[in-house]
This record gives sequence, structure tokens and C-alpha cells, in this order.
Amino acid sequence: MDSKRILITNLSSWWGGRLAQVIERDPNVETIIGIDSQDPKHALDRTEFVRVAADSTVLRRIISAAAIDTIIDTRMVSDPLLASPGEARRVNVADTRSVLEACAGESVRKLVFKSSAHIYGSSAEDPAFFSEEMALESVSGGLRQDLVKAERLVAEFSAHNRDVAVTVLRFADPLVGEPGSSHLMLLGLPVVPAVLGFDPRLQFVHDEDVVGAFTYVVRHPLPGTFNVAADGVLALSEVVSLLGKPLLPVLPPWGFTFAVAQLRRLGLRVPVEMVRQLRHGRGLENRRLKASGYRYRYTTRETVLQLRAHQRLRPLLRSGDGAYRYDRELEEFLRRSPSVRSGSGGAERVDPDGDEPTEAELLEVISSLDATGLEQLREHELANQRRRHVLDALEHNLARKQDPGALN
Amino acid sequence: MTADKPTSDPDTSATAEFSALDRPGHGGLPSAPSEDLRNQLPGLEAERRLTDWGRSQRIESLVDRTLYGFLYHYWFRVEVEGVENIPGAGGALLLANRAGLAPSDGAMIAKAVRDEHPRRRTVHLATERSFKRVPGLGMLVTKVGGVLAHPANLHRLMFDEREIVLAFPEGARGARKPLKERYRLRSFDARFVNAAAQAHVPIVPLAVLGAEESLPVVGRLGPLNRLPISPGLPLPAKFRIRFLEPIPADVKPSAEEIRALIQENLLEMVGARRSVWLG
Repeated sequence: MDSKRILITNLSSWWGGRLAQVIERDPNVETIIGIDSQDPKHALDRTEFVRVAADSTVLRRIISAAAIDTIIDTRMVSDPLLASPGEARRVNVADTRSVLEACAGESVRKLVFKSSAHIYGSSAEDPAFFSEEMALESVSGGLRQDLVKAERLVAEFSAHNRDVAVTVLRFADPLVGEPGSSHLMLLGLPVVPAVLGFDPRLQFVHDEDVVGAFTYVVRHPLPGTFNVAADGVLALSEVVSLLGKPLLPVLPPWGFTFAVAQLRRLGLRVPVEMVRQLRHGRGLENRRLKASGYRYRYTTRETVLQLRAHQRLRPLLRSGDGAYRYDRELEEFLRRSPSVRSGSGGAERVDPDGDEPTEAELLEVISSLDATGLEQLREHELANQRRRHVLDALEHNLARKQDPGALN
Repeated sequence: MTADKPTSDPDTSATAEFSALDRPGHGGLPSAPSEDLRNQLPGLEAERRLTDWGRSQRIESLVDRTLYGFLYHYWFRVEVEGVENIPGAGGALLLANRAGLAPSDGAMIAKAVRDEHPRRRTVHLATERSFKRVPGLGMLVTKVGGVLAHPANLHRLMFDEREIVLAFPEGARGARKPLKERYRLRSFDARFVNAAAQAHVPIVPLAVLGAEESLPVVGRLGPLNRLPISPGLPLPAKFRIRFLEPIPADVKPSAEEIRALIQENLLEMVGARRSVWLG
């Protein structure tokens, strides 16, 4: 069955927005509707945005009115820093229940559910690679319990609605994306702290592969549960040295949980999940999705290298995320008004003034960038100002990076 | 000692609910044949110095050249028989008698295979979970090739990656037995034999002589007599490692048969030995 009429929950999240942007480009998709309780942060061409909360009555009305056949549920909170525990519980358990209620008995034929590898937890007894059927220990408290509960609801739903193909994707932690996630915070520090005597194995997933996996399961019939994680499990020491930062094993191996509790009393939240991962890490078996035909574009190592490029470029490219601002009136005009010529319609990317780095600033930094950074900067420059000196310098440096010695 | 809890926890009714998602009649993925998954292993990245298991080439070769080299050649003066019984390619399970407290016998066996086998094969040491909790030690064991003896790990190593796994199926009981019971094997943990059968790899039993005298348990302490007393450093006993004929995967031997085989060889080796220290 082809998905033609798609509803995306949590459109305003980083993933929801990116996913909608990619699906928009597919001409086979007739309708894309996004819901969220906040305004979208991504510029969208033809996705229709409805500002509602995940409430089953409202959702059911939208689903039946638009004859939705596929729901992509990107709503789940899978990072302990992105929401308070109470908020996470509400979104992950209560809202999941309402979304599933709304799907039952309607025109929906496919449900893609975003879950997280946090469902496996992290402990000393873990296998080196978690495969999909290993997640079902009863756990108490925290994000992991919410995820287990939510996936249980989804499994129940699947058992009762056999005509709906349910795909659950368990994502490893993405390194680029929603700002403020715990790994970005940790690896963004100038000196990365580690627990003395532990070098946990970590695995990430590239943001393109997150979106890629979503669109892949939308286009292919793949019911079941799949881990989504890039190839390669890196030790924390390896990750940090790839980022070019010093690793400081200062956190005490004992009494750390106690210390975290004290910090929490002071109002500083250090998530339990993070503490566990800093000790024992987690590796995932990603071969099931690969066996179904999906090809990952990036390995974990390449993902970390991309994070490095981002970290170096961020001071320069202050635009980007905050650039787009949703304006209902403007969107309505661009989409519906007969005066808008086809082709120029849709939301246009407006480049904010003043935030772009000057030519001199750029030329100064180019020589210190690596190949990934150079390519990203080139794409950015090509998409925006196309200054010739900058582009020339980029090309020159890129050529030298790719073929050292050729120009010397 | 085992670590197979996360997988085999059938008391939760949720297991059944969850597998409902993957039921075959759902028009979906027929549970992928394992051969298919084997072809999906991640490729090697030449720039990396660690494997996905966390094994570090750098640290391993450093330890190998210094500490292990010294112990192997000068301290234990290891002698090896029948190393050619280890297949030159493909997965295999090595089962050895466990003795003494320090993991020196595991390291010596691994070094024997790496140095003396014509293919210089790498050995992955299946460790007990107790290591991983210990700061520093757990990390080091991982870096030099220790892998938690989880059934999923064993299967991936032996079947998917076609590697050699060394296990001590006596477990902690073997390590804690007192000196006077040396070379009397405790019952074997059937998990390893089962893992080999599942991965369809041959089993190479092997007998290690000398390890039990090098770090003997001379007494016990504590309220439950749990804390073994032992000399702090391994004594320079002569090591003799005998690799026995491989048991092909099709034979499917029981753990008890392998135990009897190793026991028989051990007794023979003990009988032929003239001195504990000189061999």
C-alpha cells in the first residue's frame, strides 16, 4: 500500500519539520498534514499545519476529514534533558494513548512510531549489541519506563488492529538536531568529563539517517520493530579525540549517584540515563533494518566528524535554525491566494540580515577547517551569497584536502 | 555468573505482546534469515584503532609485548601442544579448565593461539560480568579483548564474525576451588556448548596445566567462607597447554562429555609431570 495522505505529529520538533520537508518533495504524496501545539520552526511548502494538541477527539476528526492513510508519530521525548520527567511522561504515555485511540478504526493503514534506544537501558550486564527483541525487562521509573509503556500500548494497538501496519523505530541518540539534547550538551563542553575507570561504548545516528529511516519505512511495507543506529560503536575516548577536545576522567566511579542527587537538590539536572551511559554505554544491532534494504549514509565516526564541523562553524553561521518564523497569515496568503504565481509560492527562505559572517572573517577561518567543514561551508555559501572570493578559497582548500601534494 | 537475563525473561507477559508486532502473518518482514544478517556486518574503518567491541589494538599490543610477553616466555614458560587443532578460518569455541584467581590462564591461551597458530588468530575471551562493574579493570579487560559472556555476544562473535571465543565453563566455581581439589573439574556450564551448537561452530577443548598452582586458593575467609585467600602474585609454575582434537559442529556433544575429555587429559598430563615448577 502506498502512503499518499500523511499526518505527522509534532511537526514543530526538529525531526517533524525535517521529515515534512523531505516528504513534501515526493510527488506521490497527495497531502501532508502536521499537527503540533507550537508553531513550526521549519519552512514548509505544502504541508498543512494545524495547531492542536495530541487529543484523540480532535485527531480523529482530522484523520477522518482528510482520509489520512499514514501516521508518522515523531512525538516521543527520548532525551531526558528536553523535557521534565512529568512532561515526558505525559507526552510519552498519555499522548501516545490518545494518538493510538484516534488511529483505531479509521482510514489509517500505516503507523510509524518513533521510539528510542533508551528503552534498552544501560548496565554492566548488557550485551555488546542490543537487538530488537531484547527490550522487555520490567523497569521502574524514568524515561525508560515511559518508553516501555508506550511501546506496550503500540503493541496492544497492533494486536487489535491487524489491518494497520505498525513500524516502531528505535533511534540511537542523534548528534545533530534538537538543540539542548544531553549528548550535545556533554560533547559541546570545552573539556569533556568522563567517569574515572570507564570508557563507555557509544553509538549515534546521523540526522540524515533519522529522516532517511522514516521516509524509508513510509515507502516500504516494513511492520515490526527496528533499531536505527549508524555503523560502528565508538568508545567515549575515541569520540572526544575525534572532536579534538581533551577528555577529563574526573567523575568519581563511586558515589557519583549520590553526587548527582546533591546537584539535583541545587537545581541542576543531571539525568540518570546520562550517568548510566557514561559508565556502561550502549551498542545497538542495526542489521535488521539494513537487511530490509535500507542503506545508512553515515557511520558513527562520520557522524561525530560532522558534529565537529558543526561545532567549529557554529560561531560563524549564527543563522540557520532561528531564521524561519512561522506566520499564519503569510502562509495562508502564499498557499491560497490566486495572486501567487506557481513556482514562487510556498514559504520562501528569508535570510536574516547581519548574521552572515563577512568575507574577511570567512577567509580567515577557511584554512583551519577540515574537508567536511569546507563542504558544508561551500554548500551554505552556494545557497546564500555566492561570494566569489569565498568560493574560490573553499575550492582551493578542498582540492588540497582531497589530494594533498597536488598544489604544493 | 551468567548474564543472560535480559533476553530470557519469559515471566513478563509483555514479551508475548511485543512479539505480536513481528508476527509473520502481518504481511511484514519474515524474520530475516541469519545468513542475511551476517552479510550486513559493518565494514571496517581503517582510521579507527578500536573495534566495535571496544578492543584496542594499541593497548592490546602494548600489554602483549610487555606483561604477557614476560609471563609467557619467562615466568610460566608456556609449552603448547596441538595448536593446529584450532581451525584456520571460521568461528570456533575453545573450552578450558578454569583455575586460579587471576585471569592469567586466559591471557596465556590467547597469546599461545596468536603466536603459535599458523594463522595467528585472535581470541576473544568470554568474561564474567563481575569484571565490568570494577572501575579500571573492566575497561582494561574490554580493551585487551574480553567480551561479556552474554549469549548474544557469543553468537555474534562465533557465527556472524567467525571469530574464536575462549570460555571457562566452570565459571567462578572453578576459580574458587581450593588447592587440594586442583585439576578436578567442576560441572560445566552448558550455555557455552549450546551457543556453539547454535552458531554451528566446532568446539576445541583444551587442558591447561600449571595455572592451578600459580595462584592457588589456600584457604577461605569471611562469614560465609567466601573470600578466598591466595598469594598476591602468581607463582612461577610451568604452564602446559594442550589443545585437543576439535569436535565438529554436527556432533553436538554434551557439556559433560567435554568435561570428561578435558579431565582425562588433565590427569594424564599431571601424571606425566615431574615437577610443578620445572614441568
